Amino acid sequence: MSVDLGLSDEQQALQDAFTSFFANEAGPSVARDAEPLGFDPSLWARLRAIEAPGMGAPAGAGGGGAGLADLAVVAEALGRSIAPVPLLEHVVASRCFPARDVVAGEAVATVSLRPAAGDGTWRLVPAGAVADVVIGLDDGELVAVRGEPPGAGPRNHAAAPLADRSARLGERTAIGTGADFERVLDEWRVATAGALVGIGAAALEMALGYVMARTQFGVPIGSFQAVQHGLADLPVLIDGARLLVQKAAWAGDREGPGVCDVDDDEVTDFPALASMAFVFAADAAAHATDRSLHYHGGYGFSAEYDIQLLYRRARGWALVLDDPSRECLRLADLLFGSAGGR
Amino acid sequence: MDFSLPPGVEEYRQQIRRLVAANVTPDEIDRQHRTGTFSCRPLYRALAEQGLIERAVPGLGVGDPIELWVLFNELEKAGAPYDALAIAVMIAGVVSHVGTAAQKARILPSITSGEALVCMGYSEPDHGSDLASIVTRAVRDGDEWVINGAKMWTTMAHEATWLILLTRTDPDVPRHKGLTMFILPMDTPGITVEPVHTMGTERTNATFYDDVRVGDDAVLGELNGGWRVMGVALSFERGVMGGTNPGVPLLRHVRAWAAEAGRLGDPILRERMARVAIDNEVAKLLTQRSAWIAATGGLPGLEGSMTKLFATEAYQRASRWFQQAAGAEGLLRFHEPGSAADGWIEYDARHSPVTTIYGGTSEINRNNIAERHLGLPKARR
Repeated sequence: MSVDLGLSDEQQALQDAFTSFFANEAGPSVARDAEPLGFDPSLWARLRAIEAPGMGAPAGAGGGGAGLADLAVVAEALGRSIAPVPLLEHVVASRCFPARDVVAGEAVATVSLRPAAGDGTWRLVPAGAVADVVIGLDDGELVAVRGEPPGAGPRNHAAAPLADRSARLGERTAIGTGADFERVLDEWRVATAGALVGIGAAALEMALGYVMARTQFGVPIGSFQAVQHGLADLPVLIDGARLLVQKAAWAGDREGPGVCDVDDDEVTDFPALASMAFVFAADAAAHATDRSLHYHGGYGFSAEYDIQLLYRRARGWALVLDDPSRECLRLADLLFGSAGGR
Repeated sequence: MDFSLPPGVEEYRQQIRRLVAANVTPDEIDRQHRTGTFSCRPLYRALAEQGLIERAVPGLGVGDPIELWVLFNELEKAGAPYDALAIAVMIAGVVSHVGTAAQKARILPSITSGEALVCMGYSEPDHGSDLASIVTRAVRDGDEWVINGAKMWTTMAHEATWLILLTRTDPDVPRHKGLTMFILPMDTPGITVEPVHTMGTERTNATFYDDVRVGDDAVLGELNGGWRVMGVALSFERGVMGGTNPGVPLLRHVRAWAAEAGRLGDPILRERMARVAIDNEVAKLLTQRSAWIAATGGLPGLEGSMTKLFATEAYQRASRWFQQAAGAEGLLRFHEPGSAADGWIEYDARHSPVTTIYGGTSEINRNNIAERHLGLPKARR
């Protein structure tokens, strides 16, 4: 036990493997071609070929048994390439519903972030348009429901495969309690935050490439101090978000409860860190894509340039959960006690 | 990855916490805010008695950057005055690294005993961020040096035993190459100290040097090697000796006030408190990263710039939010009836502006990050 902020050798290998996988197989043009649905079945098939969909499921169920720290590494690589595949939702769902076909990735699984409405509808489920299995909360119970994916959903900001799904129609299995669902959501928060870090990092790289190539007034615009200072704010937000994601994943992989002592700045509680990582990473990605698009000038606003793809996903991948202000109120409950009490 | 402290360091942390609790009393804090002198001799002596100052000095002590971070993180979190100690420990590290045997014997015991503080004569009235242009002159006269000039922001000059002084010894070479660092006793004839009072209560000083005569034994490091000595000091500091977690005591005070004032249910305040808690956690992790980089043999200079930039701007945001949240009561000073958090909210609003200025302005840090981290060209201004 000692402070060690480096990746383990295995994690380094995982990072290298997935970064090169997504760089070769995905990237902005793949994401662009997958619009408006936001799903590339052939990319999913290639992920299945490297057994990625089962990486996080328990080893006893034939999965890879990877923890959240590993998932965070994969998530960042996916985010960097804005890959149009619901790998993160699938891995999170597979950890508590490791059916054979889910672990194998034959069936795509996902998580409904909101409880079912009174009529049994899960609204705007991420990957709901393409998933064969949805897990989520219905009437206080965590259930997995198999159903036919609609294959289409409402057109949306991020070109994400969102769709409404039924918690009642289809083959339904009870898999846990409301508390189990909270854990699922926290894992989703950490994985999504990891992907948002990847989007932020990719947006910064895109900006650096553009401001050095684009010449105005006879010099690269990246030599102007006003532009440099706008970019200099970004790496610290991205690094900070990455550290927070890693710490949340570390906390989530540990046995037993953590502490939540803000007065002493000691927070090792998984749910609190998951919320922190989610809010901060979403902010960092929004900020990085905002600045990056801006420094691309008018071209950044054009559909032809890739930064707009990152810009929309930085928002859409996060806001599908809720207003970040409400997420902060959830965090406040964890850190300071509920609003009514204490 | 592992974010936990090793058991030995955790014990060390608890030891520091006990000493802080025993010595940084409300009376002691009141004294600091009354006098504007933010040092805490009883605490420094208590740390020294247990060998903790010597243990922290790079080159003398354990040399563990994680410990160094833990020491200053605990002091900062507790709201204990850490700056004066940080400078003393850092300069002790420089003396132990580049000083002569005689300098080490003369200077180090006074610092590690918790008695002597050090002040830094770097900035001048006309040279702040552009430090390499300083004009305070040291001129050879026989076997002595004669120093003339003026320094600004010589904080603790009225309390310090030692002065570390950046001078120009050769005006005929490129700016960085003609500088020499001296270390001399503050009671050397020819030094005058004038107080400079600040919005944040803290007293700093302007210092004046009129024919101050010292021998070669006061030259710290090589002649004309002053810029390098500054680099050594910075490399010891590594961004882990405080100044990156000021939001922690602020949030603690605000939370106590909110509970007392019946405001803990206010969703706007709760959201802001949660956001400040996130920023505090990020600032802590970034600082921990610097310590870890140093502990594994790296030199986290740029990471320090990034951390300082983030932490100080987050602190300013927090102090503004909370003063707004407290309304009129947030305008009241310490111990005034009804003052929010007994005046801490008003104090932080007054103190936070300086943090993006001293120790490297936000703009200098952004220049560093842009050029050395992002690889952008030297900026056109």
